[in-house]
Amino acid sequence: MIGKSVPRVDAYEKVTGRAKFTEDLIPQGCLTAKILHASIGNGIVTSIDTKAAEALEGVVKVVTFKDVPDHCYPTPGHPWSVEPAHQDVADRNLLTGRVRYYGDDIAAVIAEDEITASRALKLIRVEYEEYPVEIHPRKSMQGSNPPIHFDKKDNVLARSNYMVGDVEKGMKESETIVRGTYKTPIVQHCHIENPISYAYMEKGRVVVVTSTQIPHIVRRVIGQALGIPWGRVRVIKPYIGGGFGNKQDVLYEPLNAFLTTQVGGRPVKLDISREETFCNTRTRHSIEFDLAAGVDKEGRLLAKDMHSYSNQGAYASHGHAIAANGLTSWRLQYACPNIRGEAYTVYTNTPVAGAMRGYGIPQVCFAIECFMDDVANAIHMDPLEFRRKNLIRGYYEDIYLKPIAANSNGIFECLKKGADYIRWDEKRKEYAGQSGSIRRGVGMALFSYKTGVWPISLEISGARLSLNQDGSVQVILGATEIGQGADTVFSQMVAETLQTDMEHVHIMSTQDTDISPFDTGAYASRQTFVTGTAVRHCAEILRDKILAYAKTLLPDIDTTELELRDNWIWAGGERAISLSALAEESYYSLTNSSVLTAEVSEQVKRNTIATGCCFAEVEVDLKLGKIKILHIINVHDSGKLINPQLAEMQVQGGMSMGMGYGISEQLLLDEKTGRPLNGNLLDYKMMTMLDTPEIKVDFVELNDPIGPYGNKALGEPPAIPCAPAIRNAVLHATGIAFNENPLTPQKLIDGFRKHGLIAADSR
Amino acid sequence: MYDIENYYNAKSVSEAIALLTEHPDARIISGGSDVLIKIREGKMAGSSLVSIRDIEEIKGVEKKDSGDIYIGAGTVFSHITADPVIQECIPVLGEAVDQVGGPQIRNIGTIGGNICNGAVSADSVPTVFSYNALLKIANAEGGRTVPVREFYLGPGRVDLHPGEVLTHVIIPRAEYEGYHGHYIKYSMRNAMDIATLSCSVVSRIDSAKNILEDVRITFGVAAPVPYRCVETEELLKGQKPGEELYQKLEDSIRKEIHPRDSWRASRDFRLQIGGEIARRALIQTVKLAGVPAKDQGGEEA
Repeated sequence: MIGKSVPRVDAYEKVTGRAKFTEDLIPQGCLTAKILHASIGNGIVTSIDTKAAEALEGVVKVVTFKDVPDHCYPTPGHPWSVEPAHQDVADRNLLTGRVRYYGDDIAAVIAEDEITASRALKLIRVEYEEYPVEIHPRKSMQGSNPPIHFDKKDNVLARSNYMVGDVEKGMKESETIVRGTYKTPIVQHCHIENPISYAYMEKGRVVVVTSTQIPHIVRRVIGQALGIPWGRVRVIKPYIGGGFGNKQDVLYEPLNAFLTTQVGGRPVKLDISREETFCNTRTRHSIEFDLAAGVDKEGRLLAKDMHSYSNQGAYASHGHAIAANGLTSWRLQYACPNIRGEAYTVYTNTPVAGAMRGYGIPQVCFAIECFMDDVANAIHMDPLEFRRKNLIRGYYEDIYLKPIAANSNGIFECLKKGADYIRWDEKRKEYAGQSGSIRRGVGMALFSYKTGVWPISLEISGARLSLNQDGSVQVILGATEIGQGADTVFSQMVAETLQTDMEHVHIMSTQDTDISPFDTGAYASRQTFVTGTAVRHCAEILRDKILAYAKTLLPDIDTTELELRDNWIWAGGERAISLSALAEESYYSLTNSSVLTAEVSEQVKRNTIATGCCFAEVEVDLKLGKIKILHIINVHDSGKLINPQLAEMQVQGGMSMGMGYGISEQLLLDEKTGRPLNGNLLDYKMMTMLDTPEIKVDFVELNDPIGPYGNKALGEPPAIPCAPAIRNAVLHATGIAFNENPLTPQKLIDGFRKHGLIAADSR
Repeated sequence: MYDIENYYNAKSVSEAIALLTEHPDARIISGGSDVLIKIREGKMAGSSLVSIRDIEEIKGVEKKDSGDIYIGAGTVFSHITADPVIQECIPVLGEAVDQVGGPQIRNIGTIGGNICNGAVSADSVPTVFSYNALLKIANAEGGRTVPVREFYLGPGRVDLHPGEVLTHVIIPRAEYEGYHGHYIKYSMRNAMDIATLSCSVVSRIDSAKNILEDVRITFGVAAPVPYRCVETEELLKGQKPGEELYQKLEDSIRKEIHPRDSWRASRDFRLQIGGEIARRALIQTVKLAGVPAKDQGGEEA
């Protein structure tokens, strides 16, 4: 069953509209809550008057920052740490009178319906004292008075650094030293379903139904935020319309939980608008990188130096983990004896950055891979040859974070497939020295990516299987289906280990923290690897139990060689008893009944590195500042594919995200207030189908020795390499190095003018 | 859930006028692709609406015996694109409105709404300007007809009084016969977008395919209202198409239009794009007129 493109187990439900999402489940009589957001970028609320709002017919309750618990809580979807030093930064209140970014949450209205709630919001009178707004990390880290958070005087949330070898010495020995500064934008996940939840109380407990990637973590954080025992919280996760990391954060669930407690446990819905999703949930960190590298006469890297500055926004969320992840990536994959890295994560008065597909690697990959092309250019070497010369072949491991290692490494095979598809050698020559106003080029970029978070953080997963009366298997997991196909590949894994077919595997898609085994959820491309390990072991236990029970039913047969296959128990190559007959006995035998179940909760202390690359061919219209992607391919080494068709779809979606990151997507902020200028789906330019070229996907399927089924990370990697590959193709086409993505028409026209490719003065 | 106070559904133009007179605070809604957005954003929240969506007499395209083309204000974009009269006489208008938003919007959005909304980015408007269209407006006093070039008063403001309904867009025969047009919408993506800058060029070449007898150039998003480049038009009339003329056109356009600096695009950027799209649009009209390839000129030709 592994390696087969079976249809998604939820395909028919989703296509016919039968699958239930949070909004489909809203109970009758549910109240609606809306949030009052600050209209300044930094300061304090000096007065708030809610009388008129409270007097409006249909308003049930208005709560403000004065009504919520005083203590702060953390929000990121990390496993909790029992060591206080490693616990997430707790810097949030449910509502606040200390406004740290434009749109901060001040108050909430609970009303009988949405329109009443909206009208009531307009009746709340707020007065502020304003402080200066700073949206740039390098300026913010010079300090502000008052600081954004009182315990971080210089606004630096965290700094980390390392040194491998001796970078100064390596630079001295280098033939050529190249420097570059690169910057990535704030972008947003743009999952199709906005964050939505509803909450109610039952038997003194709070129940929250929510669109999340991480139900068990949401449960813990609600407990922390409300200051109630975690067992008094129940979180239910139905089908969700995408998350991409935004829902790997605890967003408005704690506020929603609090609001139901304020209205006697009546159900309250909190449905976040698209504009709020842009401004008030999470974004991808904008990071600035100062890079330097020294190479010898043959073009071998002797020293590499990185200093990065990550814009955290107003609250810690996932915090420094993103910048730190990029820093780790800087020392992987390329052979280099002397490497230094330093990263700052800085509070600013901007929307909060958190987890987003790739977790810091799309940013650092843009910087690194643009830079590698710039280094190759500086020494007049073909960029692909430069990489082949410097990449590590075969096994390598991280110097600090053991056991992170490339236990399988198909990067050279990936590069060959990518180069062949794009016809690299031929086109690099063909497109050299163009002069017209329409020019073409080819470029490439590559990446490496960890599978899960061990040893930086805990990896734990659980699985529960039970044998139904008919011999089919019930699967209950804490890991979540978020559109990526998790339910399908887990079902395939169970079918594989029990040697059965998909029809005999029934997976429960909903996670309910009262029922589902503990698993931290969908993030870090971890589930097929970590949860897959738990699923495999659980299925092995069930298989052994089935065979052991079979022995009790087959007293007359030599049972030393029993085998489970095709829904039968086989003995010595002969059918001995059907699984359904065995299952029925297990339920109803008057002498020997015991339903066969298996459950595991398992820590996984392994990690393995996935890799891949993108090759792109572009056509640039100099006078209109437009890039047309003619051909593009991602080639991935993600180990053995569980379901090739789902894998290809995962890559297509990721590439779409990566191309948007390359040429069109950016959340722009007003310099004076930090207010998003384009926080809606018209002005924030995601690519449409008509902007999307034919997307080519290929794989190199090496069997990873430590993946439960030979597999390793695939969820996030597809979004990583497209942006720098496109930038490098534009560099090849035009000779102009654009060091800040996305490569929008405005940036292209400005760049072409500056370098004389088009007339400098249009007037 | 939309915050709408009252909703009145008119079945005829006279009923619409009566309802608008009876409820002076009410706003007109047709397809709703602009109005509902404004209600959702809060700008028009709590409005009362008079719907003209079910009025059959203002739907469809008709070529009168005079040759004048009457386009009902309630005609949706996808209808205009597919209409045989439009395809035969003014295909550029069908092409222009085919660039609005996406298929769903084009099936609901109307040309009347596009014009009366007053947005400079409206995809139908530059072409309607270049064809010197007339707007037929109904009111309680028997109605009036206004040249579209006089209809725009300022950003988002048009010459439509309370109690009035735009019923038809008229393209007079003399304004389209013998002309060829091309519209270029410059936007940041190829669908689901509004114009950063747009340009519609309509031209007529003499029978010897030698001289540009007439040319009309209209920009969207280059000024507070849709903008006819009359100075550039005068410069081009009577001239021979070719690279020299196109360069003159580019330079002149960049002097004549007045785009603004905004976070969406800088003024300099829009000037660069403006000159280039006007050039490309004119070259395309020359091609459509059947000027032999060797005489079309232009770097891209």
